[in-house]
Order: sequence, then C-alpha cells, then structure tokens
Amino acid sequence: MEFLASLLPASLVTHAPAIIVVTPLMMAAVAAIMPNGRLGWAVTLISTIVSALLALAIIVDVQTGGVVSYAMGGWAPPAGIEFRIDGLNAVLLMVIGALGLLSVIYALPSVADEIEEKKQSLFYSAFLVCFAGLIGVAITGDAFNMFVFLEISSISTYVLVGMGASSDRRALTAAYNYLVLGTIGATFFVIGVGFLYMATGTLNMADMATRLPDLSDSRVVQAAFAFIIVGLGLKAAMFPLHLWLPNAYAYAPNFVTSFLASTATKVAFYTLVRFLFDVFWPEAPFVEVSFLWVFAILGIIGMIVASVQAVFQDDARRLLAFSSVGQVGYMMLGLGMGTAAGLSAGMLHLINHSMMKGALFMALGAFAIRFGIRRISDLNGFARSMPFTSVAFTIGGLSLVGVPMTVGFWSKWYLGVAALENGWWWAVAALILSSLIALAYVARMLAAIWVAEPHHDKAGAIAHARAPWLMLGPLWVLAIANVWFFFQPDFLISMANAAAEAAFSGGAR
Amino acid sequence: MIEIIAERFNFVIVIILMMTGLYAVVATGNLVKRLVGLSLFQTSVFLLYITMGKVFGGQPPILPEYSEGHGENDAYAGEAAAAVTDHAAEAADIAESAASHGETVHHAAEAIYSNPLPHVLILTAIVVGVATLSVGLALVVRIRESYGTIEDEAINHADYAVDSARRNT
Repeated sequence: MEFLASLLPASLVTHAPAIIVVTPLMMAAVAAIMPNGRLGWAVTLISTIVSALLALAIIVDVQTGGVVSYAMGGWAPPAGIEFRIDGLNAVLLMVIGALGLLSVIYALPSVADEIEEKKQSLFYSAFLVCFAGLIGVAITGDAFNMFVFLEISSISTYVLVGMGASSDRRALTAAYNYLVLGTIGATFFVIGVGFLYMATGTLNMADMATRLPDLSDSRVVQAAFAFIIVGLGLKAAMFPLHLWLPNAYAYAPNFVTSFLASTATKVAFYTLVRFLFDVFWPEAPFVEVSFLWVFAILGIIGMIVASVQAVFQDDARRLLAFSSVGQVGYMMLGLGMGTAAGLSAGMLHLINHSMMKGALFMALGAFAIRFGIRRISDLNGFARSMPFTSVAFTIGGLSLVGVPMTVGFWSKWYLGVAALENGWWWAVAALILSSLIALAYVARMLAAIWVAEPHHDKAGAIAHARAPWLMLGPLWVLAIANVWFFFQPDFLISMANAAAEAAFSGGAR
Repeated sequence: MIEIIAERFNFVIVIILMMTGLYAVVATGNLVKRLVGLSLFQTSVFLLYITMGKVFGGQPPILPEYSEGHGENDAYAGEAAAAVTDHAAEAADIAESAASHGETVHHAAEAIYSNPLPHVLILTAIVVGVATLSVGLALVVRIRESYGTIEDEAINHADYAVDSARRNT
C-alpha cells in the first residue's frame, strides 16, 4: 500500500484532499457528454481509480503524521473551509475508495443490462456526483460544507434510485419518498448547524468544539444537538427513521444498491460520530443521556425488529435492505456504549458490513443479470447453474450472520466484549438473538439456492449460465476479503481503534 | 407575553412557516402538494438563517466608499463592540484595510454591518433547495406517466394490485 502511495508525485499528495473531491465532480461533466455508456464507464473508472489512489495517499499520510488539514483555496481555517482528515474519517475514505472502485468495475455489465443505452453516460455522471459528495462529506471539517456535500450526494442518489424505473416502476415512488424524507433530514441538520452558528459564531467544526463546552447549559446548543441527531439519524437510517431505505434499496438498479448499501449510510453514521464525539463532547450531560436512551436502546430495537421484518420478505433485495437497517442498529449500539472499545467495535462493523453487504448485493445483481430475478423463490437451485456466484453469496451471507471463519464474527465478538465491559449483559443477549434471526433469513435464501429444486420451466435455460468476469471479479474480491480478514484482522482492528482514538481525542481537547 | 413574541417576531414567523410546511408534507396525499410543503419547510430555514445575520442598526455589508450616509454610523460606534459578531468584525477589518488604501474617510472602520455570512450560506442552500425541488418534480412527472395519477393512495393501490396479481400466477 505504502509503495503505491509513494508512486504519486509530491505536489499531487499535498493537494490530495482537494483533488480527491474535484476529480469526480469534474469528470461527471465529462462523463455526461460521452456518446455511449462504455466511454462513460471508462471515464468513471479512471476518476474512481484516481480518487482511490489519492485516498490511499491521504490514509498513509494520516497513519504517519496524525491529522491532515487542508485549507481550501489557501484561506486559513476557521474563516476558510477546512478539509480535515484524522483517524476517524480515514476509515471512511478507505471504505468509499475501495468499495467505489469495486462497484464501478462491477457496473459495466450490470448497467448495460438495466439502463437504456442513451441514458447510460448520464447515469455514470450522476454516480460520479454522488461519489464526490460522499467523499466530500467524509473529509470536510466545516459544518455547513458538510450539509452541502450531503445534499450533493443525496440529490444524485435520488436520481440513481429512480433509474431503476425501467425494470420496476416502484423505483419512482421509492425515489420520491427518499427525496422527501432525505430533504427533511438534511433540513433538520441545517437547522441544527444554524443554531450552533448562532451560539458559537463559527462553522468550522474544530473551532466549534473549542467554544461549545462553555455553552453546555445553553438551550440553543441543546436544541441544535437534537436537530442534528434527528437529521443525521434520518440519513443513516437509524431505526425509527429508516422508512425510506427498504424500498430505495429494493428497486434501485443493482449496481446502485451495492454501492449505496456499502457506503451511503456508513458516511451518515460517520457524521453522527463526528458530531457526538468531536463537535459535542461525550461528557456533556445531554450527550451522555442520548448514548444509552437514544442510540443503544433504539439500536437494539432496530436490530431485532428490522431483522424480524427481514425474515418475512419475499423479495431478496428487500430482505437484505431490512437486514441493513438491522446492521445499522449494531453500529448504533457500539456508538451508544460511549466507550472507546464500543465505538471501535462500531467502526469495525462499519467496515465489515460494507464488505459483506457489498458482496451480497453484487451476487444478487449477478443472479439478476441472467434471469432478472428478485424473489427468493426464484433463486431455487441456482447453485447448480451459477456455482461461483452462489459460493460468494454464501460467504457474504455467513459473514452477515457472524459465523467464525468470516469477518462478521469479529464485529460481533468485539461488540459483545465492549458491551460486557460496560456490564450490558442485555446488549449481549440482544446481539445473540439478533444473530439468530439473521441466521433465519440468511438460511432462507441459502436453502433456496443450495437445496431447493430448480424450477422446471427454467431448467434448460440455466444449464450454462455464468456472470460476466467484470461482475465476478469484484464480487470475489469482496468474498475473499470477508474470509481473509478473519485470519488477518489486525489491519482492520488497528484502523477501527485509530478511528475511536481520534474521535475521543478530538473530544478531549 | 406580547413583548416576548414581539422581541422574537422573526422566530414566530419561522416556526409558523416551518410547521405549515411540515404539516403539508405529512397530511396531503398529493405528490405535488407535498413538494410545495417541503419547499415551504426549507424556506422557513432560509429565513431563520437570514434573520440571525441581522445586526440592529447595521448597514448592508458593502464597502463604505460605495454607500451613502456612512457618517451616521458614529452614533452607533459604542454599541458596535457588543452587537457585532466575529464575522461582522472581520468584515469591518477588511473594510478598514480597503479604506486605508483609498483616500476615503477612515472612520468607516467603525461602521456596523449586518453579518453577511448567513446570506452567502443561504445562497448555497437555495441552490440545493431548487435542485431538490426540480428532481422531485421530475420524479412526479415520471410517476404520472407510468401510474396515471399523482395521488399517494391510488399509487399504493396500483402497486398492491400488481403485487397480488404476481403472487397469484
């Protein structure tokens, strides 16, 4: 990794935080004017490779030198906009860079199958805008700038979800509902930022953090906290605010779902962590109360209720979408413990979940490209016709349950250990219960794939089906990563620990 | 009571607008009306930001050599320290440096400005709002094309009919 990063010229690395956002934004315009989808895809691939390399350079920088701070346009913070990367958002950069690149490689056959030819280059353009927005949210150090990037990524996400309309018109209503709820969430967030600005007179998050502790009794600051938590909770699909998610994931094009499921809610979760631990501080009375009574409790309710809902879905992608809501609950539980160990477990689960959900949705997309299937009963007997995809899907599914030999095991292990440190035995019980329910819904799909007889009318058609290499490649990279990081977890755990440490030291001041 | 409301008149307006907008989003089944409510909701936040930038007795934040009547500002100079926020103070600093280069009056530095930063922020937020509204309306057009209606209930009904038909075959 260090070797790859060292190949980049020094001047590029100095300005990496700016270029990493600007490249996909500019290339979005280039992709939009490409005459066909293939060229649009090539442009997208190039700019995601550039962004992923720069992300790597920044991460290496953060690991050696601590905090990377970049003053946008040479205007020094706090007056100017600051891009600020520490151990916490380095994790997010890694996830977005890696998963973005893998999903783009996967995109070519999937998009060619699902989107009309003349709309493909525009589709890629919207994707690049979304990608730029997500990276922007992850690295900015300015609260209002974060809102703008959040909306850049959200607005293009509505478009991307709506593009699923050619195969199912419900994508349109799903995108519309997502738009309404997403806008309400963003507006709540911006109200909160406005209150914070009223109280502190600054928009730079690090600067805000130094001024807020003097104002902890201020009603304005407390109201700001409530508004920000609700707004970002909506974006992160925290349990009672998750209603937009199942339909949006179920009806969006497959490529969009696998990208969003592994990045978008993760970025929103990161913003929550950033505000709770860095801008506000964990010792504040109102923050401390919210840990147990908002995040831990709602997280646990979410991971049980959403998992139960997942068991009763007919549509395979809706099932996984409900399971995503449940998995957000795990991260919220880790966050709600309010300890470094808990937060580190939450961040670890964030990385792991993006790998397993990425693999699962990619595998479903590979099934869909041959047969256009959605329902679980349509998966019957696929192990015979598409063995490679089925094995990858199985690895992802087992990882989701948290079976040993897959990376999902470490998520649950560390969450459980952190919960016991707090003396929260009920959280451990909920973890086990929720994992059992996860086993139920994963087993439903695996049984259909491996055990059930294929449908007779399709038996001839599915004899020799294999997903294109461009789809199998990224899918298998993720599937192998799921197993590899069980045996070599040190890298991920050190990243997660660095993230938790950065979050807490930012709060200590 | 009246005094409390009168002092916070801007907040009263903002809250009324905000709740009207939010209620419209929740209460109506018509997709276009829902977007109208959403815009109202966003606009109330724009007002919240812009009114908080107002400094009583302050001028528009324009360099003094281009504005009339800067001489009056001396009267307010005493209040300036209390009323001006950080950013207004920065704006004044910039004005000072600009004024010292030109041959215009030097007491321009004592002028009170309304805080221009919220206006700039809201300019961005308005652009975001317009983009959201246009994407929303485009989606409504597409929904109308494929469902033939923009009423929430009718759409749900159509989806349910399709779903149950699929299940029966």
